[in-house]
Amino acid sequence: MSPEVLIKGINEGLLVSISEGDWLEAEQALYAEINRQVDFLKGAKLILDVEDHEINAASMSRLRDQLVDQGLSLWGVLSRSPLTEQSAQAMGLATRIHQAEPEPDEGEPLDEAIEIPTNAGALLVKKTLRSGSRIAHSGHVTVIGDVNPGAEIIAGGNVVVWGRLRGLVHAGAEGDEEAVVCAMDLAPTQLRIAEHIAIPPVERGEPRPEVAFVRDGNVVAEEWSIGEKS
Amino acid sequence: MVDWREKLKTDMSKVITVTSGKGGVGKTTATANIGAALAKLGHKVVCMDADIGLRNLDVVLGLENRIVYDLVDVVEGRCKLRQALIRDKRLEELYLIPAAQTRDKSAVSPKDMIRICDELRKDFDYVLIDSPAGIERGFKNAIAPADEIIIVTNPEVSAVRDADRIIGIVEAEQKGPAKLVINRINMDMVERGDMLAVADVLELLAVDLIGIVPDDQAVLVSTNRGAPIALEVKSKTGQAFRDIAKRLAGQEVAFTSSNGAGGLFGRLSKMIRVGNKNA
Repeated sequence: MSPEVLIKGINEGLLVSISEGDWLEAEQALYAEINRQVDFLKGAKLILDVEDHEINAASMSRLRDQLVDQGLSLWGVLSRSPLTEQSAQAMGLATRIHQAEPEPDEGEPLDEAIEIPTNAGALLVKKTLRSGSRIAHSGHVTVIGDVNPGAEIIAGGNVVVWGRLRGLVHAGAEGDEEAVVCAMDLAPTQLRIAEHIAIPPVERGEPRPEVAFVRDGNVVAEEWSIGEKS
Repeated sequence: MVDWREKLKTDMSKVITVTSGKGGVGKTTATANIGAALAKLGHKVVCMDADIGLRNLDVVLGLENRIVYDLVDVVEGRCKLRQALIRDKRLEELYLIPAAQTRDKSAVSPKDMIRICDELRKDFDYVLIDSPAGIERGFKNAIAPADEIIIVTNPEVSAVRDADRIIGIVEAEQKGPAKLVINRINMDMVERGDMLAVADVLELLAVDLIGIVPDDQAVLVSTNRGAPIALEVKSKTGQAFRDIAKRLAGQEVAFTSSNGAGGLFGRLSKMIRVGNKNA
């Protein structure tokens, strides 16, 4: 069976779904489809749904360049493959789309909404997140490395950084007030837990491991000591 | 014998892109001076201006009035590559490929850059590409053919933040690890032993440091005159650029030799080791 490429419009741009099979063939099918509809697609923002295809950073980069050459911009990549997600995130591409609130008056059937991978397990990121990179994950996020200023972590659950946390972090992004943020050096640009937003004090002593959580409606940070309640 | 040499030359030649993210940190000055210093060491060097529409490298090298053909002319087939090569007035081994001033970044594609650089590899030891600021098309063009990337930054928060972003992109494009030049270090701060700025920069960016260039008004004078300061034997700033060239060429040059201020560089090299371990 030759690979299938389906294009449909969604709020965020055009969602392009690519069927299973050999990636090289699928990629060719994608280019062919884009060539066929080049006038219609010009200037569009694309979100690729590549399902289980494994795409490394170099291929992803080539893919994006090809699309740019065609006058298209690649906005996001949806995949069930962790490798593909990581390559996409490394390039600053979105890897999930916020599910549109179902509008009560809308006659459109719900199956038009994007299916988001709901495996809310922990995501392990083993590298330093530099400015401009963004990790969004519905479960917990653990980073082994630093989170530099200008980087963002948005997690449905907890965020643990085994390194310096200096970027923006949002734990419990789907409303979980119990979520915590831990880091070896907790100095984020801004820290959010559920609906609460905190800006850490500028004056700081020696860096020490800290955990931030919500207590009585305020975000507080305490020394992160192993064994106690976090 | 000649064939073997030619082959070796092509294999050994390096395409190095000088970039920064933020504008105004000294990319063009660094490209011109590193190029001049490499040529002075006896390497055959071509500096290519990839900042199409906002070219400057020709001015900094003092070659503006010799331009006949430019990079876009080569890409669009109006001339042969060697016709766009301008030989430097002072150095036999230094050449420039200027950018077009009347066009924009879309006139060149990453593929064009790779093709042109592959051709230049045959004749040159080093191809230095002066990247435009930003992370858009011009930047993509500039890094596409690169074997190595030099990031230029200043010891200030916004420049370092942008450098961090660029290093992330360079890593994602598998062009890493990037090498860092910290430009415009204030020598008064160095003498006071207050090098927090450099230590902070390295702590955040965690990449290999290849040069520290002092803040020096003489640089402004030399760029206005179109005479790279790297060729001024007595200049400490020139020495900093010559050291970068030597390090690029594989020589070990300690950070203590040129800039004085010993104790503080001890701290610095400690930082660098920590950075390497983390990387």
